[in-house]
Order: sequence, then C-alpha cells, then structure tokens
Amino acid sequence: MANDAYPAKPGIWGWINRRLPVDAFMRSQVLEYYAPKNFNFWYFFGSLAMLVLVMQLVTGIFLAMFYKVGENTSFDSVEFIMREVNFGWLLRYLHSTGASAFFLVIYLHMFRGIMYGSYKAPRELLWLFGMIIYLALMAEAFLGYVLPWGNMSFWAATVIINLFGAVPVVGPALVEWIRGDYGIADATLNRFFSLHVVALPLLLLLLVALHLVALHEVGSNNPDGVEIKDKKNAQGIPLDGIPFHPYYTVKDLFGTGVFLTLFSIVVFFTPTFGDLFLEKANFEPADPLSTPDPISPSWYFTPYYAILRSFPDKGAGAVAVLIAVSAFFFLPWLDRSPVKSIRYRGWIYKTFLTLFVLSFLGLMYLGLQPAQGIYVMLSRICCVPYFAFFILMPFYSRWDPVKPVPERVTFHA
Amino acid sequence: MATSAVGGVGAVLAAIPFVESWQPSERARALGAPVVIDISKLEPGQMITPTWRKQVIYIVGRKKALVEQLAKSDHDLKDKDSKDSIQPTYAQNEMRSRREDVLVLIGICTHLGCLPKTFFDPGDPVLGASWPGGFRCPCHGSRFDLAGRVFKGSPAPTNLSVPPYSYKNEHTLVIGLDQAPASSGAA
Repeated sequence: MANDAYPAKPGIWGWINRRLPVDAFMRSQVLEYYAPKNFNFWYFFGSLAMLVLVMQLVTGIFLAMFYKVGENTSFDSVEFIMREVNFGWLLRYLHSTGASAFFLVIYLHMFRGIMYGSYKAPRELLWLFGMIIYLALMAEAFLGYVLPWGNMSFWAATVIINLFGAVPVVGPALVEWIRGDYGIADATLNRFFSLHVVALPLLLLLLVALHLVALHEVGSNNPDGVEIKDKKNAQGIPLDGIPFHPYYTVKDLFGTGVFLTLFSIVVFFTPTFGDLFLEKANFEPADPLSTPDPISPSWYFTPYYAILRSFPDKGAGAVAVLIAVSAFFFLPWLDRSPVKSIRYRGWIYKTFLTLFVLSFLGLMYLGLQPAQGIYVMLSRICCVPYFAFFILMPFYSRWDPVKPVPERVTFHA
Repeated sequence: MATSAVGGVGAVLAAIPFVESWQPSERARALGAPVVIDISKLEPGQMITPTWRKQVIYIVGRKKALVEQLAKSDHDLKDKDSKDSIQPTYAQNEMRSRREDVLVLIGICTHLGCLPKTFFDPGDPVLGASWPGGFRCPCHGSRFDLAGRVFKGSPAPTNLSVPPYSYKNEHTLVIGLDQAPASSGAA
C-alpha cells in the first residue's frame, strides 16, 4: 500500500507498515488531520472525557481484582479495599471521583456542543453517538453505584428499577425480570456487576470509536460555527485548519495537566466532596428494612430526579424524565436557526439558553433537597424553562434576530 | 431470503435462554414460600415488620378509635374503594383487611418502592393538624392513611398493596396464603 508521496520506509518499520497501515493512519488521523485553528477553552473536554474513560477502565480493572460481588461480601470487600489493600483507598477514590469527573466533563462537553451548534448538519450523527454515550454512561454510573452495596446503593437500585414499573401492562413483570427476585437481591447485584464491568465498558468503547470516526469524517465544528472545509488552499488543506499534532496534542496535554491537578485535589483532600461524590448513608450496609431519609441520587442525576418528583403522578413523572433526557437527541432537528454558533445568534436564543442552563442547575440543586414544600414548587417552576427550551425551539430559533456569520473563523493570535 | 428469515428466527429463539436466565431462579422462588407470624404480642398502635419474598410486610395493630375515623378522609383519597389497587378480594373493603384491628400491607411505596415511615399519631407536628394518622414515604412524600390508602397529591398512583394472607388461628398469621390450612396451635 505504498503511497508515492510517502514511500514506505525500509527496515522493520517498513515491514510492519506494508502489513498494517500505521504510518498512513497516523498521517490521515493525526499529523494531517486539520482542525480549526480557533479552538478555545471549551474544546478541552472531549479529550478530557477520553482521559477519564481510560482512568475509569484502569482503576476499575484493579478494583475488580479485590471486589467480591455478592450480597454478603460486596460491602465488606469494599471496606477491605479501603482499609487493607495497599493503596486500595486510592484506587477506589480515583474511581469514585472519576465517575463524578466524567459527568462534569461530559456536561461541559455537551454544553459546548449546544452553545456552538455542533449538533447541526453535517454533525447530526456525531451528536447522536455522543448522546448514546451519555445514556450508556448514565447506565454505567448507576450500575456502579449499586456495587458497594451500601444502603444508598440498595435504595437507589430499588427506586430506579421500580421506574420500569411505570411501563403499561408489562411493568411489574419487567421489574421482576430486571431484579431476578421478588426484591433487590443477590441476583440483581450479580447481574449489575457483570453489566458494569463487561457489557457497558465494551459498549462505551465501541460508541467512543464510532463518535471519533464520525468526528474525523465531518471535521470539528468551532466557536464561530464556520465550516473550515469550505475554504481550502491549492493543496486542499483548509485555510483555517492546523494539524492536530503537534498543535492540539500540546494544547490537550496542557488541559490534562490542569485537570489532573484539580482532580488530585479532590481525590486527596475531599474525596466525598461534602456528601456529593460519596454519601454518608452509603457507608452503612444495605438494609432492606430501612430507607435512608432523605434519599437522593448522585448529583449528576438530580436534575432528572427533581423533574421526576415534580409530578404528583408516577406515570407522568416517568414520562417527563424520559422526555427530559431524550429531548437532547432531537436538537439537530428542533433547531431551525441559519447560524450555528451562539456568537451570531440573537437575544431570543440567548435568553432561552440562559434560562435552560439556570433551570438545569436549579433542578440539580433541588434534586438534592427533600421532596417537600418549597423545593417541589421550585422544581415545578424550573421544569417550565427546561422543557420550553426544547419544545419552543423550532419557533424561537427561526424568529431569532441572527447576526451575519463571517466567511472565515475569527482568530486573534 | 429464506435462509436469512430462518436465521433471523433462529437468532430470536437463541436469545430466549439468555432473556429467561434473568427470571427469578428456582431457589429464589422456593425461598418465596409463605411465612407464619405470631401476632399474639401485637398491641394496638404497634407495628411489626417481617419479610415475605424480600418485601417488608407491615402488620399494624390498629386502635379502635382511629379505625372509626377512617371514613372521614374519604373525600381526600385517590382510590378510596381500592378499585385500582392491588389486594385480595377479602381486603377490598373500607378497612382493607380481614380484621379491623389488624392491618396487613406490603410496606413498599407504590410510587418507587421506598418504605413509608409510620406517622400513627393524628395531628403529627410534621404533617399538620388535619393529619389522621398513617404513613408517609420519605423518598417522594406520598402519604397513606391507616388503611394504606393513598391521599390525593401524592406521587404514588395506588394504595399500598395487600399481600395474600390468612389467619391460622386468632394469633397466627400466614403471609402468602389466601387460605390457611385448618389446624390450631403454633406452626
């Protein structure tokens, strides 16, 4: 497969390349993969998500060497890891902090995509793969949360599995099938372990690969939302593109350094992060006879949890959560604006987006509070801008007074 | 075409054992046998919580005075006649029980499965002066009266379920059997 412009090298490296296109792959995907030159702060989070994924895989593999799944062994083996395995506490804190870091990074990554219209044509499929990754990640996080078999693990599993009971007709049978017993039991824990360490990591890796292939096919969007492939030089290289390596590898390395510094501060100084990353109630073994009071999920699920609690009806609450999560999938088709980036959008879109972000953060806070009085009322109020952002988008994105988009990206060296 | 159709059917059939493996195992089913409870020491106002099929069973000794008040909150209930709720026919009555002094419920909130906490005292300071006594779920705030009937405004869709149960004799309750074998004495 020797390319005339790049004759195959002699020696062992040449031998390998005649059989596996390592050089050609590196050239097309890294050295001569042109990314827009105007990436900013928000473009760190894709590479950081990859970093956290790898970190979770490595720490997870090591944790699985010491963890003993089973309703009588899980809790004790986690304590064994924390107290007796050499550096076991570090492995576990890296993994538990990594879960929260994953969601933080993914939420910022998604916000970047929304803010700069990265879901719009030709990147719809890229966005959909990303959203499926988000769903898989939520499932992975939930399953992992159950494994320590603390009391919060047990009751989180109870509440989430019972959500499936809202499915018409087959609901109760479905719930029993998922649990594999008449209540959350050993059978449930065992299958969750299998899914958490084998099935979902494989799925996540496959999805991330598809996400990257789709990204490299269409190319990255950028803060201006201008297609760099529309303006190329004589060699067919985008005028506003720079090779991914060394420019963005170095930039991402810097981001990695900053991220790892902040990450280490949490791991070493405040691994429970004030009850947000690891909850007090989960340091008690699972007890089917006592529900922790109050009960709340991990912070990254609380916006949906607050939505669930806003409805005084089980079916309606479950449907609202389903809509709240799946609405993101439809963004490429809900958005009718001629411009991609927030830089060239008008005040109407900016207002809706601001209210959406505030309601998301508001719901996140409210989902951590007890389900009573003012908190439920405020959750209901926050639901309005949350859903309005999606449902009214086909209208306001069209009426929005947009600004002219420049021909080339704006860049100040 | 025929080959792929047959192959497709084969693939679906091959999936059955995998899907079925998630059903409760024979051991789990065997452990779900009926349980016998001695209620001779249950005083009015007390509750005992044995388990049956991994579910907490609430057995409440009801005070006569509070039972007589039950009908007063009828207007404020989602399903006062228990038409949409799960219970054996012998418990589909105002008391939702075989005997008015003993209430037997599955202690699992019909919303998302938490354990409702007991608030048996009428006018409980947390729940207000109009509270008739009953249960409140700590997870999402569903409220139930002393017959396990859900109040309006709760996220729980139906009343707390009643398991199949029967009395072997005055002091012996069998959870999981509609008809206790006729015999006397403790099990």
